[in-house]
Amino acid sequence: MGYKTIVGLEIHVELLTKTKIFCNCVNEFGGDANTHCCPVCLGLPGAIPKLNKGALEFGIKAGLAFNCQISEWVKMDRKHYFYPDLSKGYQVSQDDNPLCRNGYVEIEVEEGLKRIGIQRIHMEEDTGKSIHTEGGDTLVDYNRAGVPLIEIVTAPDINSSEEARMFLENLRNILRYIEVSDCKMEEGSLRCDVNINVVDTETGKKTNITELKNLNSFKAVASAIEYEERRHISLLEKGENTAKETRRWNEVENKTVVMRDKGSADNYRYAVDVDVLPVVIEKEWIDEIRDSLPELPHQKKERFIKEYALPEYDAGVLTQSKELAQFYEETNKYAKDPKQVSNWVMGDVLRRLNDEEMEIEDLKFQPKDLADLLEFINAGKISNNIGKKVLREMFETGEKPEAIIKKKGLIQISDEGELEGIIEKVLDENQQSVIDYKNGKDRALGFIIGQVMKATKGKANPQLVNKMVRERIEKR
Amino acid sequence: MDITRLTAMEIREKVINKEISSKEVVKAHLNRIKELDEELNAFITITEEEALKAAERVDEKIKNGESLGKLAGIPIGVKDNIITKNVRTTCGSKMLENYIPPYDATVIERIKAEDGIILGKTNLDEFAGSYSTESSYFGVTKNPIDTERVPGGSSGGSTAAVKAHEVALALGSDTGGSNRQPASYCGIVGIKPTYGLVSRYGLVPLANSLDVVGTFGRNVKDATLLLEVIRGYDEKDPTSMEIEGSSYLEKLKEGIKGMKIALPREYMNMDMDSRVKGKVMETVKLFEILGGHVEEVSLPHVEHYWATYYLIVVSEISSNMARYDGVGYGYRTEDYDSLDELYIKSRTEGFGEEIKRSILAGTYILGSKEGREYYEKAFRVRTLIKEDFDKVFEKYDVILTPTTPNLPFKIGDSIKNPFEMYGSGIFNIPANLAGLCAISVPCGYVDGLPVGLQIIGDRFKEANILKAAYALEEELALGGENNGL
Amino acid sequence: MISKEEILQLAGMCKLKLSDEEIEIFGAMFSNVLEQVKGLDMVNTEGIKPLYFLNSANKSLREDVAGDSLDREEVLKNAPEEEYGYFKLKKVMD
Ligand SMILES: [Mg+2]
Ligand SMILES: [Zn+2]
Repeated sequence: MGYKTIVGLEIHVELLTKTKIFCNCVNEFGGDANTHCCPVCLGLPGAIPKLNKGALEFGIKAGLAFNCQISEWVKMDRKHYFYPDLSKGYQVSQDDNPLCRNGYVEIEVEEGLKRIGIQRIHMEEDTGKSIHTEGGDTLVDYNRAGVPLIEIVTAPDINSSEEARMFLENLRNILRYIEVSDCKMEEGSLRCDVNINVVDTETGKKTNITELKNLNSFKAVASAIEYEERRHISLLEKGENTAKETRRWNEVENKTVVMRDKGSADNYRYAVDVDVLPVVIEKEWIDEIRDSLPELPHQKKERFIKEYALPEYDAGVLTQSKELAQFYEETNKYAKDPKQVSNWVMGDVLRRLNDEEMEIEDLKFQPKDLADLLEFINAGKISNNIGKKVLREMFETGEKPEAIIKKKGLIQISDEGELEGIIEKVLDENQQSVIDYKNGKDRALGFIIGQVMKATKGKANPQLVNKMVRERIEKR
Repeated sequence: MDITRLTAMEIREKVINKEISSKEVVKAHLNRIKELDEELNAFITITEEEALKAAERVDEKIKNGESLGKLAGIPIGVKDNIITKNVRTTCGSKMLENYIPPYDATVIERIKAEDGIILGKTNLDEFAGSYSTESSYFGVTKNPIDTERVPGGSSGGSTAAVKAHEVALALGSDTGGSNRQPASYCGIVGIKPTYGLVSRYGLVPLANSLDVVGTFGRNVKDATLLLEVIRGYDEKDPTSMEIEGSSYLEKLKEGIKGMKIALPREYMNMDMDSRVKGKVMETVKLFEILGGHVEEVSLPHVEHYWATYYLIVVSEISSNMARYDGVGYGYRTEDYDSLDELYIKSRTEGFGEEIKRSILAGTYILGSKEGREYYEKAFRVRTLIKEDFDKVFEKYDVILTPTTPNLPFKIGDSIKNPFEMYGSGIFNIPANLAGLCAISVPCGYVDGLPVGLQIIGDRFKEANILKAAYALEEELALGGENNGL
Repeated sequence: MISKEEILQLAGMCKLKLSDEEIEIFGAMFSNVLEQVKGLDMVNTEGIKPLYFLNSANKSLREDVAGDSLDREEVLKNAPEEEYGYFKLKKVMD
């Protein structure tokens, strides 16, 4: 027995340029239908495309971040097919001379780091978008037509749904780090197609490649791969093969269904687009872009381990997004204990963000506020538990910790004189517990301390209360 | 004074000197159009109202003593594959019968900026895809010299309009001779500029790597004037180039003394109408008399011009025509039950025969294994062809050839013999393949029909061909002129 | 020679419908053309670069700066059919 799953991904990523790839219409998600259009992106007769330098730069940036070779020059090609979303009857793309080649992204598997090859990254234009009315009519909006895309094609190096998910997460992190895309699958700024087949490792028998489309989340990618894995294996077991076809993921029924037969290969009749003059990519330009690249996730992680003496796990979590890492580092500027900051950020902060489905940028308070809060705790002015309560308040109102502590009178009672009376009163009211403790029932002490804390609404310094209660009982 | 008999230069002068008003000029030409065009069919759309308004603006400027543009008051025809804002632009096709563009081509902006007055949109072969102006959805244009004959094509509407004095100047486009062949057939001057001298923004493409916008006039100076206005870099067309150099008009009078003139052996030995060859050889002698040094040269790849051109042109046509699908603009079929049916019926009903054949051929070239091999090969042979010309232009200033191997043929004849028609572009094609500049200038009449001489120049060396053409025009007594209508 | 089947396949690819007569005319013409095209076999193009672009790029890139788009009215002016600001196709999707 033994089957090996072989997965390759094709990922389309919309670039965050200000304008479209061949015209100066704004590149913006949404907007009223057909309001970001001009003769070029509408494909009107006579209009001539002009390549956006920013789009090319973003493409090169992505290539460098994924360790690719950058082509010495680029041209654009026309890829022909008929579809209402396509305003010219062809998509301007790159055929035989992609912008970037031979890169990789690393993922962490049990055996260590695994490289997933990136065969090519090419530039192309996005198509418009159609919607279908209840009556079955099609309505076309060309606002998205001409938005710059990069298409990233991986080598068939991915062998499981988990590897696919990790790869996509790393890829998305990197693209967000270098700020070429926001990679929002729900808005379509990152779209992923899967090519999958399975090989019987004993006989070497392979199934035909199935292409999977309509994958709207990383979870859908993983589920679809798992579904197909099972389907391919069960066919192999029966001595059958899969059809060469494109299938779509049905999220509701959790399965893939046939979309179209791929029996006859697509014939895109590629032709050189002679209107877009070839661009020589000077080495100096590439160097300039390389120098401008920010620290990438894996580099940042290494640095966090070294600089802040964090465990690998912490460093991994904190560098998941550029913004989170930035928040962490900013907090550290004002705080004393990096590990404590890490605990708080990974713990209460991230948990709350996840619960609320918020991003770190949405926080109402500043990194310095968190550092101040920790300082209150470390100085013994409030307890850890009170600190958590204050953080909750900061989440909701964005108020400064000091203000919250003052307003609610949360400063820890560390004054023995003030505590003495409260403790005596509690002991008086709980004589039986005092006796129990003296008779060796340790649990009684906890109860008494609890009563003291309750009486002070949690503000008493717990260590001090502990010490004082023992002393007072001894004296009785 | 018959205003329509004036040259473009004279019109401008008389308008500026207040001898005649711009409005009078426009009206005279509109009357001429009304008188003739039912028979000629040079125009698809006449923009009477816009033209009169533009003339009023020019007259207003004169009244106010404002400075005037280089084309002040000159009536101009525009080939209907050049985009005009808010004026129907059909490309001679049912597909775009009602298409009203939302922008102006750069050449139109430049004409308007220089106070030129556009009288209308002229007829052409559908999408400029043929050589006789018979394939237009809007009917055949007749040759004013002999209305039983074609004006040539695809810019036949423009050349007929200029020849018939319906306008003084016109714009055309040239992909494989479409400016020069009809200029020759109509006995006028037609310029095909260097690829990149004039912006193509707003020229509806037939084949993007070959197309150029060119000009027509009844004499060299007039055609040069219009070229001077439209040339130059345009940021909307990255393939257009910034070219240094002084005004062409100033250079015209320099003469051709000492000019090195090449006569390609392979061309002159080609099968052609002996009357055409005879006239052209007479003209060549005149160049020698004028002080030019004429020598025979060789262009070794001549026999491959046509195949190379055909492969490139049909591939680019099939690609360019893909956008006409009935979705966003243009003709849409009445009835359809599926997306495929919408496409097939709209395209089948909207395109004419000739264009459909080119689309099919281009689909074969780009979509089949064998075709793709030839597609790539064609662009390599193109390199060799260009190198042939580069070599000649290392030593010579201009190359002379007949503009066409034949005389204007009769309407309907090309259907019987399509190859003769395609053959009529054979001398013109290389200038497009190599991106050179060229001009067709009348060099005489035989049996009442005009013969054109083609003068080819190196890339961006327009001054040479214009000078040579002007010198010829000044010295040549054509003889046997037939001005037809 | 080019067969009728090949021509029909081509027509399908470029979304045209041909009558039998058109198929015949195109077939005859194109077979003839292909003969001429085969003449290029004689040309040795080994090591020769293809000439796709006559001009080289000096200012062919555009800075990423936004400009004007058309008014929606202009965008839709030539639409065969429109609704709610969209280009419209009647019930064509499966
Ligand atoms: Mg793609
Ligand atoms: Zn646009």
